[in-house]
Amino acid sequence: MSDKKKGPESKTYKFDTLSLHAGYQPHKNAGSRQVPIYQTTSYLFDDVDHAAALFNLERGGHIYSRISNPTVGVLEERVASLEGGTAALATSSGMSAIFLTVMTLCEAGDHLVVSSQLYGGTVNLFRLTLPKFGIKCTFVKPRDTEGFKKAIQKNTKGIFGELVGNPGNEIMNMPEIAKIAHDAGIPLMVDATYQTPYLCKPFEHGADIVIHSLTKWMAGHGSSMAGILVEGGNFDWMQNDKFPTMTKPYEGYHGLSFAEEFGPTAFTMKARAEGMRDFGPCLSPQNAWNVLQGIETLSVRMKKHCSNAEEMVKYLLGHESVAWVSHPSVPDHPDHALAKKLLPNGRGSMIAFGIKGGKDAGVAFINSVKLASHLANVGDTRTLVIHPASGTHSQMDEATLKFAGLSHDMIRLSVGIEDIEDIKNDFEVGFRAARKPRLVSNQ
Amino acid sequence: MKFKVNGHEVFASTGGRPFDKNKPLIIFVHGSGLTHMTWVLQTRYFAFHGYTCLALDMPGHGLSGGKSLKSIEDMADWISSVIDSVGYKEASLVGHSQGCLVTIECTARYPDKIKTLSLMGGAGAIPMNPDLLALAESGDPKAVDLMMDWAHGPAGHFGGHPVPGLYHINTGGMLAKSRTIKDTLAVDFRACDNYKNGFEAAKKIKIPTLSILATDDKMCPVKEGKKLADLIEGSKVDIIDNCGHMMLLEEADRVLKVLKSFITTNYPSKH
Repeated sequence: MSDKKKGPESKTYKFDTLSLHAGYQPHKNAGSRQVPIYQTTSYLFDDVDHAAALFNLERGGHIYSRISNPTVGVLEERVASLEGGTAALATSSGMSAIFLTVMTLCEAGDHLVVSSQLYGGTVNLFRLTLPKFGIKCTFVKPRDTEGFKKAIQKNTKGIFGELVGNPGNEIMNMPEIAKIAHDAGIPLMVDATYQTPYLCKPFEHGADIVIHSLTKWMAGHGSSMAGILVEGGNFDWMQNDKFPTMTKPYEGYHGLSFAEEFGPTAFTMKARAEGMRDFGPCLSPQNAWNVLQGIETLSVRMKKHCSNAEEMVKYLLGHESVAWVSHPSVPDHPDHALAKKLLPNGRGSMIAFGIKGGKDAGVAFINSVKLASHLANVGDTRTLVIHPASGTHSQMDEATLKFAGLSHDMIRLSVGIEDIEDIKNDFEVGFRAARKPRLVSNQ
Repeated sequence: MKFKVNGHEVFASTGGRPFDKNKPLIIFVHGSGLTHMTWVLQTRYFAFHGYTCLALDMPGHGLSGGKSLKSIEDMADWISSVIDSVGYKEASLVGHSQGCLVTIECTARYPDKIKTLSLMGGAGAIPMNPDLLALAESGDPKAVDLMMDWAHGPAGHFGGHPVPGLYHINTGGMLAKSRTIKDTLAVDFRACDNYKNGFEAAKKIKIPTLSILATDDKMCPVKEGKKLADLIEGSKVDIIDNCGHMMLLEEADRVLKVLKSFITTNYPSKH
């Protein structure tokens, strides 16, 4: 019922409801309440005309599971709905979602402006692999907002960054960088894996394409690899002549102009029709289903992740073995105010901290903790730790490590949802071991 | 493609095929505040099956120039001018929501030009909710949110778009926000609210007419659609269940199936 003073309010479903229901209609699936796993490769055509219409994007529907699959489709719609986007395309991993995004946007000879604080694998893609395709990148530190503007060239096709940098927790000033991108007539692409749409909806702050490694908090249980790109639908590809592959007739679909025909969903349509067709990094239906299970409890888990993280921040700040702590909830974090604005529901569960004693102490800590798992992942329900300089970012040379803001004493902590006292007790074991070699060497 | 009508540039999607004057013409007319893109899952099919399609952006909407027309009658005359401007003598019209009012009025005014009429979510009158109208006229984006809420049926609120990966409530909302709400949606709503001639216009229509209605359409309920259809001689009615007012997105395939059968029977192409 509407409040007469306030007037009618939209009753479209809200976040927690969409997490459970979006993208799925049971009455079209034998009444099955749970989303079925369509462990299938291909789909019957009604007749030759139907087949031709599907191949030619005249009608919606499934052809072959490399391009689309009914279970994967539910996941895509669900994430699009949670992000406030128009469309989404799920992929086999977060890295393939980034690659597909870049290959949909760029051609050889193009240029991207990229935040320097990224997951090590993403850095390698932009620094080493994309140049092989003729796509060059300029790296800018995420807090250097003016630097993004200065780095834009005539052939720049977009700006890319992680909203909260990996692993140092530097935050991009997304609204300002979006304005810089839009003034230059190019889109802003944001990897918001660390936040999930529960903590931040980048489209509300000017992003045009959002990317997730669904493997992390969205799936949340360390069981399945998956990625996704989501389109905001607000970017006008026809505003300039920078994006001919979006606006000009495309030979691969009888002269189709994606921007003209599909407007707010043009990018996703092209990424699927061209990218999935030609590169094929499709998500398996089983993994899509596993991610859907995770998303059902996303808000419940994120609340616990964030409250545990804030407890751990307090604990680490007061610990004698800790040299420094980086988390946006810390008042003296350089981006504390920005974090409050962009992440109102919580500042995330990634903490970086420096251990006194440097690399040796870090190694001893990692080798001694028993509850926290030492592995190359984040966003599991379980607490995870890694020493980036010897793990996720180990393929970087000293200069690149420094530019990426990594120090040898840094430990990256992904706070899980275990009982907080158990996590602290485990860390005490690690810190005791970390202090031990120093005591021995001092004697 | 772009062309000029009354001195203003007009954009229309041709469904991905070149404009071909040798083929019969189908003109698609969108609803309040929307654009040609609402028709993508209908136009591409007809364009690849022997027809020339023009899914129009009405003046001031989408990629078209000029200002939004302020009355349904002006819009009806403008559609007739579109037919003249592209060098045709006749066309088949397809309208959605406000587009139904426009195409009914156009057919009544220009009976010799219009060969078939297909109405989706149509009614003889579309009086606007005063709160919705006020929100749109103040430029409040809540107007779009409300429209998308009311325009989708219960099933449509969950999604389930026929094109994998598309979430149609947000897609529809983005189309309605593509230009300034005050200059498009509000003007359209006011034009709908002011239009009183729908039932009289319907009585004058003597061409094959199809009304596609949806059981969960809150904006143009089935009984209103039937009331209109009853006034049109020989009118055919098709009712889609589990679907709301945005049937051309919510149940694009079912809509296409019915539309295809109607148009190919009553306005066949030799191509």
